[in-house]
Amino acid sequence: MPGSKSIIPFGPQHPVFPEPLQLRLMLEDEKVVEALPAIGYVHRGIEKLAEKKEYTQNIFLVERICGICSFMHALAYCQGIEMLMNVTVPDRARYLRVIWSELHRLHSHLLWLGLLADSFGFESLFMQAWRSREAVLDIMEATTGGRIIISTCIVGGVRRDISEELMAEVLKTVDALERDLEIVRPVVFDDYSVKQRLVGTGRITSEQAYDLGSVGPVARACGIARDFRETGYAAYKEIKVTPITETGGDAYARARVRIREMYQSIDIVRQAVRDIPVGDIAVSARGNPEGEVISRVEQPRGEVIYYIKGDGTKNLERLRVRTPTFANMAPLLAMLPGCELANVPVIVLSIDPCISCTER
Amino acid sequence: MSLMNTAAVSLGSLLQEVADKHRKRYRFVTMTCTDIGDGYDILYHFDKDYELYNLRLYLKKGEELPSISSIFFAALLVENEIKDLFSIPIRDLVIDYGGRFLLTEDAPVAPMGREGCSRSIDIRLQGAPEEEDK
Repeated sequence: MPGSKSIIPFGPQHPVFPEPLQLRLMLEDEKVVEALPAIGYVHRGIEKLAEKKEYTQNIFLVERICGICSFMHALAYCQGIEMLMNVTVPDRARYLRVIWSELHRLHSHLLWLGLLADSFGFESLFMQAWRSREAVLDIMEATTGGRIIISTCIVGGVRRDISEELMAEVLKTVDALERDLEIVRPVVFDDYSVKQRLVGTGRITSEQAYDLGSVGPVARACGIARDFRETGYAAYKEIKVTPITETGGDAYARARVRIREMYQSIDIVRQAVRDIPVGDIAVSARGNPEGEVISRVEQPRGEVIYYIKGDGTKNLERLRVRTPTFANMAPLLAMLPGCELANVPVIVLSIDPCISCTER
Repeated sequence: MSLMNTAAVSLGSLLQEVADKHRKRYRFVTMTCTDIGDGYDILYHFDKDYELYNLRLYLKKGEELPSISSIFFAALLVENEIKDLFSIPIRDLVIDYGGRFLLTEDAPVAPMGREGCSRSIDIRLQGAPEEEDK
């Protein structure tokens, strides 16, 4: 009956969702009037487990919060422990951390691009994005031995160095990726069908984005110039990062931010490879963490926050992780009302959701 | 090392302090709850220009926590999470999942509590004999 309301359980299993998320959508005809998230399908109790493991073992644990930004989870955790234990990381290690962070950002954004393209049926764009991503994973494997979870971050530095020959390969990879992006960028920015699906879809205002605590590309697409790399952790003190912003506040603006961020990441990798100093890659950290600290890192989806509390023993008293998708859930609830049911997958994927991160 | 920019608040002044942060255009970041034995150490994290500010509340076990979700809507998700994981009663939540935000009906109670789960799940293979049948 026209005008009647119905509730649709959207997910947890849905062809376009890579992870289980349920949205309870209240619809009026085909229009969403209200959305409520239901999660809990992949909650693993990682924060509790972190209290049972030794603080050095937790590095491997936090990497498994998310497969896509695993290195940055380890980085945020190690930085926090280093602050508690007053450990100064060698300069070369700080640069290596930046290189692997930006390679992670690149493969994360390419993964997202493929999934977004898939959500509106653009299969060739999906395949092109994932083909380009493979090259990033290959260089990750060449430099660390792992394609996704690379386990190179340790308290006091990094576990592996990158040789000069491999640095040249890293540069070749980002050069090739830049050429790929030159093909993909006009498609995302200018293609009629892409714009038809993205422009004006899931729009929120800058005011809403700020009030609802959005982070990362979701905030930057609303004109909020906020990127935690600006604060200068790791080697971002030397390699300056200016937040990339758009003002549209819609799915199209979020896509533009991420595409432009890939070019930025390529530039950062080049600078890091050019300027990396010679020297040690780690110092030994003695003792156990004591006190409390908050460590923050800019992941591909936005800022991750680690609250770490140690009591001077090898086990932590508390480890709390606030991931970027968790922060972007409230803004998502503001994006959905008013949209057509067919646009729900596009809007959800426009925030680049990571449910494993959200639930931990 | 202690947490920087941290101010203690009482249960009575919590909402007023949080409303003050909202008025001053702070961004709500998240909350952290830690079971410290006789009570809970609850931190409210806010951000302005990359600087974090924290409000610290000590909540006795059994006491009810007022929700801040009517001031910062974004807080409703983490408050529901805390309600699930620590079994803390929270009143006036804008959307109350009733302790079923992350957990299902057969899940352990207060799995993030100090003593661990206060009720373990009975995991038994379908058709497996009861203890006394063995």
